[in-house]
Amino acid sequence: MTRDIDRRGLLKCMAWAGTGVLWTLSGGVPRSFALDGAMAKDARLAADTGFSFIQISDSHIGFDKAANTDVTATLRAGIEKIRGFGGSPAFMIHTGDISHLSKPSQFDTADQVIREAAIPHTYFVPGEHDVLVDDGEMYRERYGKGTKGAGWYSFDQGGVHFVGLVNVVNLRAGGLGFLGDEQLEWLEDDLEGKTASTPIVVFAHIPLWTVYPEWGWGTDDSARALSYLKRFGSVTVLNGHIHQVMQKVEGNIAFHTAMSTAFPQPKPGTAPSPGPMVVPADRLRTLLGVAQVRYVQGQGPLAVVDAPLVSAA
Amino acid sequence: MIGMKRIGALAAIFAVTALATRYTASAEDATQVSIDNFSFTPATLTVKAGTKVTWTNRDDIPHTVVTADKKLKSTVLDTDDTFVAVFDQPGTYTYFCSIHPHMTGTVVVVP
Repeated sequence: MTRDIDRRGLLKCMAWAGTGVLWTLSGGVPRSFALDGAMAKDARLAADTGFSFIQISDSHIGFDKAANTDVTATLRAGIEKIRGFGGSPAFMIHTGDISHLSKPSQFDTADQVIREAAIPHTYFVPGEHDVLVDDGEMYRERYGKGTKGAGWYSFDQGGVHFVGLVNVVNLRAGGLGFLGDEQLEWLEDDLEGKTASTPIVVFAHIPLWTVYPEWGWGTDDSARALSYLKRFGSVTVLNGHIHQVMQKVEGNIAFHTAMSTAFPQPKPGTAPSPGPMVVPADRLRTLLGVAQVRYVQGQGPLAVVDAPLVSAA
Repeated sequence: MIGMKRIGALAAIFAVTALATRYTASAEDATQVSIDNFSFTPATLTVKAGTKVTWTNRDDIPHTVVTADKKLKSTVLDTDDTFVAVFDQPGTYTYFCSIHPHMTGTVVVVP
């Protein structure tokens, strides 16, 4: 396994975490702006006329340890943030770990708070915490209507083709996230016949690029999935799992991970292990957040705006 | 929450009584594996056949104990939950956390 990111690149990415970043792709070159910068304002105005959707991730409803004793309140704060975005988002994507322990009451609470966003539809993919019992049967009953296999699916909206993948089931000893042959064959078929100019958005829980294998932050067979995506001009990959903003661009594929609404995790390699990170109470909400993703037809790039619940001082 | 943890621990013991034909509960034979910072400590444990091995999750994140062949599977262990297994047959058992599969451990059972 190769590490796709060197330490310097990693630190560069990490400097953005929690600060609120708008990034766009121009000819495959990522450009980032602070959220309060003038460019961000212009982009926000442009967004009002385009097609946008929301990404939330890792709500972990049911978690109650020191890193955040009220994850329902911070999910609710994220939903309030989304209500303030404006521009009528078409839908919301939840990239998994809806619940902490796959309990019906935890899913119920998450559903109830997510409904407060008043966004017509939310698309889900499971995190490993959502499929802890019955091999994910309960997850699929609640969120997987009309999906294939362990809960993968695709749909089209606003001229963009969206693909939701599952990389948290049938994991193998010593491995990372895993898609499996059945899902990969489905993906190949699903993309066949799509023109190369179709913008593609792929979303899954565990990163589909190798962020930090020592902590399990990657997907064993993602290279095969990415090989099917290479011929497309605009591909955006949205993940969760690592509870912090990171991005990478490889050819025409832009990778982006979202903040959690529940608790932050350490930057790769800065702690003995991943897991809930305890931070001073006044910093917590600067490290939690949601994201808005925009696509303006004819302009190609999708822009991701990461919005912390509270801006860092 | 306390109630939930108890149920978790009971379920783990329940699973093991079904699985273990011989149950040796004497203190001398008992051995502990700690799950801490997303790792099993000790990573390799050598025990005599019939030893009771107890895993305790010290992390703020749930983990599991599952052998590579999936024949032995714990329930989901939340913080402070335990899982007990008795290894009767000599051999090398590699196991992992099915939620975080990069976490692996080995139990070597000697006659």
